[in-house]
Amino acid sequence: MEWLIQILNSVQYGLLLFLVASGLTLIFGIMGVINLAHGSFYMIGAYLAFSLAELTGSLWTALPLGIVLAFALGLVLEILLISRLYRRDHLYQVLLTFGLILVFEEMRSILVGDDVHGVAIPALLDASLPLTENLSYPVYRLFISAVCLVLAALMYFTIQKTRLGMMVRAGASNAEMTQALGINIRWIHALVFAAGVALAVFAGMIAAPVSSVFPGMGNQVLIICFVIVVIGGIGSLKGALIASLLIGFVDTFGKVLLPELAGVAVYLLMAIVLLFRPAGLYGRP
Amino acid sequence: MADPERPRRSTASHRVVTWWLVLGILALAIFPAIAEKFYLQLITKIMILSIFALSLDLLVGYAGLVSLGHAAFFGVAAYALALAAPASDAPNLWLTLPLALAASAVIALVIRALVIRTAGVYFIMVTLAFAQMVYYFFHDTRLAGGSDGIYVNTRPSLEIGSIDLAQDLHFYYLVLAVLAGVFIFLGIILRSPFGRALQGIKANEQRMRALGFPTLRYKLAAFVLAGTLAGLAGYLAAAKEGYVNPELLAWHQSGMVLMMLILGGMGTLFGAVIGAFSYVLLQEWFSNLTKHWQLLMGSFIVLAVLVLPRGLAGLGQSIALRRRSSASSDDVEP
Repeated sequence: MEWLIQILNSVQYGLLLFLVASGLTLIFGIMGVINLAHGSFYMIGAYLAFSLAELTGSLWTALPLGIVLAFALGLVLEILLISRLYRRDHLYQVLLTFGLILVFEEMRSILVGDDVHGVAIPALLDASLPLTENLSYPVYRLFISAVCLVLAALMYFTIQKTRLGMMVRAGASNAEMTQALGINIRWIHALVFAAGVALAVFAGMIAAPVSSVFPGMGNQVLIICFVIVVIGGIGSLKGALIASLLIGFVDTFGKVLLPELAGVAVYLLMAIVLLFRPAGLYGRP
Repeated sequence: MADPERPRRSTASHRVVTWWLVLGILALAIFPAIAEKFYLQLITKIMILSIFALSLDLLVGYAGLVSLGHAAFFGVAAYALALAAPASDAPNLWLTLPLALAASAVIALVIRALVIRTAGVYFIMVTLAFAQMVYYFFHDTRLAGGSDGIYVNTRPSLEIGSIDLAQDLHFYYLVLAVLAGVFIFLGIILRSPFGRALQGIKANEQRMRALGFPTLRYKLAAFVLAGTLAGLAGYLAAAKEGYVNPELLAWHQSGMVLMMLILGGMGTLFGAVIGAFSYVLLQEWFSNLTKHWQLLMGSFIVLAVLVLPRGLAGLGQSIALRRRSSASSDDVEP
């Protein structure tokens, strides 16, 4: 039964990571931009959950508000800054988004401070499922997994089955041709970026009650998400999902079995994958 | 992508570079005579970071490999000194330095071997991830004090005459000598067939391969050499501060050195040094202005990327080019 709990935790952690990593891999796959500030959006989400829940009294009202704010932030950033990076070397993308991290972290420090905070689990989900006499599993974690699964399915459906998704895929394979066919690729790009931001912010918001809210959380997630994108193959959503779950398991079980080396375990996994598949599991070499 | 076209080096411009180099070294050599202790230490720190930036320039500016994990080599050498130093005596520089450099070189070799076929954005992510692995290794295990770090109680001793590196002035001149040495060494390397081949690989790897150059081996050599030189900077940093912690390997450090390079302009050795100086002085200035200096630094970086595509050195170069083209006729490309 102990194992069941760890397995459920792995799945929950992996799916949560997928929400952040999917945005990262889409933004790279479609616009060719490597976005270091993506982890910051996760951090912003967690702090938004904290401040908005305090302001409005409940996480339920904070969630939709946060998503709207995130989407707006994404649009503004894309139009003002990110869109200027599309034709430039990765080096400059790395630098500009690195500068953004510094800005976001310091803004957070000025507005909310550097303290560690907690966010209460909403009353509706604040319960535990009994597994055995003395082991139980929190309902909220199951809720996270379920929400992430629904979002993953929605993402798949939107990209594969809708007209909008078709334009996005067309734009990814040949932006100029798509533009020539009369599709406003500028808007597609802004939309994809804003959606990626919203996903990361949302992930940070729903994760806030289970992981506390702390200053360095964005960078931690960012680097894990890079590992996921590298393992899954850049631009591949399917790869990102599989790699997220893999990382979820390796990290969770690493912490249980080899606590000293848990931090290193995920990178070892990446090294092994790279040895056999240099372009990741589903990447085009 | 678009590689800024650099004017061809003629013997005349070669002579100008040498003059600037001599002038720079002289200025730095005279500096302690007029400086207070604080500025002596500040310039020592900047010169160490210049070595670090120079090592990255070899990789990014000349071999075209954008690494976001360069701090790993810097930090590993620093840790090597801290771990090899005896508890109370001064560590012998001639024993600990080769050890530290070897540690950096081995880590660079292993990482490069694992990512041998990756390029471009993959390379950025993978170098970042492996550097982070090294970071967590030192952060999580008790081998070297974990997240608290460890002290290097005494500065290494040079065992030559009456030179005492514990004195900041002597240490300053050591660092200056090393910086000048690295600069000249890289200058020679880059003019050698090896350096020319690297620049060829950056410009067009396929063509170089078609010409029969084993490009992977060249890039491996460049990566290990850059890692080793970063280790040299890390060793000096640990000796200067007398303290080593995982932050030395953190990715902020990698981002910072990349920023220095862009600021100064990559692909010119002077650019790396100018970048290190301007970055640290800027940081000093910002942190004197406000406690939230990262906000200013971050905004500055964003603006620099948008308006200074080729760094400060590029700015100077284009001003010089424009002046020359308006002075002479029309054959110089702006």
